[in-house]
Amino acid sequence: MTLMKRLLGASAVLALSAVAALADPAIIYDVGGKNDKSFNQSASEGAQRWATETGGTFKELEMQSEAQREQALRQLAEAGANPIVMTGFAFGDALNAVAPDYPDTKFAIIDTEVDQPNVKSVMFTEDQGSYLAGMMAAMASKTGVVGFIGGMDVPTIRRFGCGYAQGVKAVNADATVIINMTGTDGSAWNNPVKGAEIAKSQISQKADVIYAAAGGTGVGVLQAAADGGILSIGVDDNQNPLHPGQVLTSMVKRVDNAVYEAFKAGADLTPGLTVMDLAAGGVDVAMDDNNAALVTPEMKAAVEDARAKITSGELKVHNYTTDSTCPAATF
Amino acid sequence: MDKLPRWADVVLVPLICLIIAFVFCGILIAAIGQSPLQAIWIMIDGSFGSTNGLGYTLYYATNFIFTGLAVSIAFQASLFNIGGEGQATLGGLGVALSCLLIPWPHWSLALLGSLAAGAAFGAAWGFLPAWLQAKRGSHIVITTMMFNFIAYALMNYVLVNLLRPMGSMDPASARFDKAYNLPKLGDILGLVGIPFSSKNPANITFLIAIALAVGVWALLWHTRLGYALRAFGKQEKAALYAGIDPVKITIYALLLSGGISGLMAVNAVQGAAHRLVLNSVEGAGFIGIAVALMGRNHPFGIVIASILFGFLYEGGSQLAMGTTIPREVITVLQALVILFTGALPYMVQKPLEHLFAKFGGAK
Repeated sequence: MTLMKRLLGASAVLALSAVAALADPAIIYDVGGKNDKSFNQSASEGAQRWATETGGTFKELEMQSEAQREQALRQLAEAGANPIVMTGFAFGDALNAVAPDYPDTKFAIIDTEVDQPNVKSVMFTEDQGSYLAGMMAAMASKTGVVGFIGGMDVPTIRRFGCGYAQGVKAVNADATVIINMTGTDGSAWNNPVKGAEIAKSQISQKADVIYAAAGGTGVGVLQAAADGGILSIGVDDNQNPLHPGQVLTSMVKRVDNAVYEAFKAGADLTPGLTVMDLAAGGVDVAMDDNNAALVTPEMKAAVEDARAKITSGELKVHNYTTDSTCPAATF
Repeated sequence: MDKLPRWADVVLVPLICLIIAFVFCGILIAAIGQSPLQAIWIMIDGSFGSTNGLGYTLYYATNFIFTGLAVSIAFQASLFNIGGEGQATLGGLGVALSCLLIPWPHWSLALLGSLAAGAAFGAAWGFLPAWLQAKRGSHIVITTMMFNFIAYALMNYVLVNLLRPMGSMDPASARFDKAYNLPKLGDILGLVGIPFSSKNPANITFLIAIALAVGVWALLWHTRLGYALRAFGKQEKAALYAGIDPVKITIYALLLSGGISGLMAVNAVQGAAHRLVLNSVEGAGFIGIAVALMGRNHPFGIVIASILFGFLYEGGSQLAMGTTIPREVITVLQALVILFTGALPYMVQKPLEHLFAKFGGAK
């Protein structure tokens, strides 16, 4: 009994000393890992930016298994990390169970909503950003056929695809949108070879603009599109510089800003749902020197017009996840 | 040359392997500028030092006991079932359907239902490759592997289109009724006065896994079917001559193997997650192959090897939380331990035999 107590005591001390010092913020990346060249990496950049600007330190953690989620949240909360930010909807269930046990710790979760008094949920309107990307794709396409390559066939990716298809159809109602998913397991997010293969197959079906929403797989899609002499659209990060003059635009999702803001707010993080939409700059189509030659004045005007209408609420882009249907595409 | 004494073979060889593995891990950790002793202490203390850590270790071990036994039972019949991943995935579907669709009055009945459904779905996923092997000669290594991918695709379809609650971003089923939550290992040990943390996912399924290991041992060495399986595995023609039907035995072996794989889902799906997620197996099906090899295809060895793997998993996650060692290096550390304890015992065995021979000669 005493031995057990001593062991318990020793391990508690070790756990406390081993995890970050008190009140440092912490970020937990999903199983994709922080160097996924996409979603998690963007989050990591936000955390780094905070650290460089403030000189502060933070604890970061990458998940390896499902059972680890709750364990990691509890350990970080018990070690006093505050706030604790996590990337990805997969944490929703664990956070719902853990958050009430640590009422003095603030949590922030990206990509899903967790309704707890000490949790800030950050959602992005990928459908709106993808809509603009779809409009540009349809205007740039000469064949009237455009492609979409997703990672796994999950609701979030359907939301990207559905917004894109709506944008395409808004410009050219007769356009064809070819939708493919890369795979059915986690490797689909990081399989550039398969991405390139699917892109080539879409090119052979006359697609001349391809939008990749597939994490690291997208790198292969963009490469194959550049090799095949057609245009591509990047995702999450601004991927225009990967192939200057050959990437039409990128649908940027500012996960980095969400993490940065949460770290900056620290323990004063305001709980509740924040929607990072087009108006808030949460999503956008990237315009820079790399794609300046590709974006015609008409394209620019159309995008600005749609942006104004979406922001004012005049134009509603259908969000796939609300009712699992899409008016412009079938999955 | 003399054989090693039994105690040396069973205790000394694995122990030396483990020490060599830790030495190499230490060198690697030192090479990336961290303290090896601290890292190894974090791993050991994190997974055995508290009852909470031990609970996680045993939770992972439970998964590996099931998948390890599944691989070994087919291996006894010389059938290499590498489809444990897919069979356990399907087992998860069975468990989830049983928990979601049937209004069980009590968790114990829900547990029985899950055991039956998990085993049935897992066995069904093993049946087709078995039938193809027995009747058509399609090699089981290829078919069970392929069935893993079919299982992933099926699970993706079912979760995204059928079981996902409307409006949810997460491709996962709804939560099961709280009443079906299995009793935690901590609660059970609390009944007999042993203090054990309940904040970890270790649950009653661990005891089921241990019982199953005893059951598999009894089946293999004390029943006709077990004898037939082993005979078929050792020498197919002799078995045929002895009146053992190769078609039946192949199918029985894979049904048993798939069923046991499917049981893993009771631990992961009903015991821990309380819902079905896309990747509920997380590679445990493949780890089962390493566990079976390391446990030398004996149920007792498999239980020990599973606990070692549970330690590697839990120690690895403690290492990730307690240090800044990157996840990739942790995977390398885990691989080193597997390499030395699982694949290289002969490297230690031979020199030891020499030593023992010398020692014996001097006496």
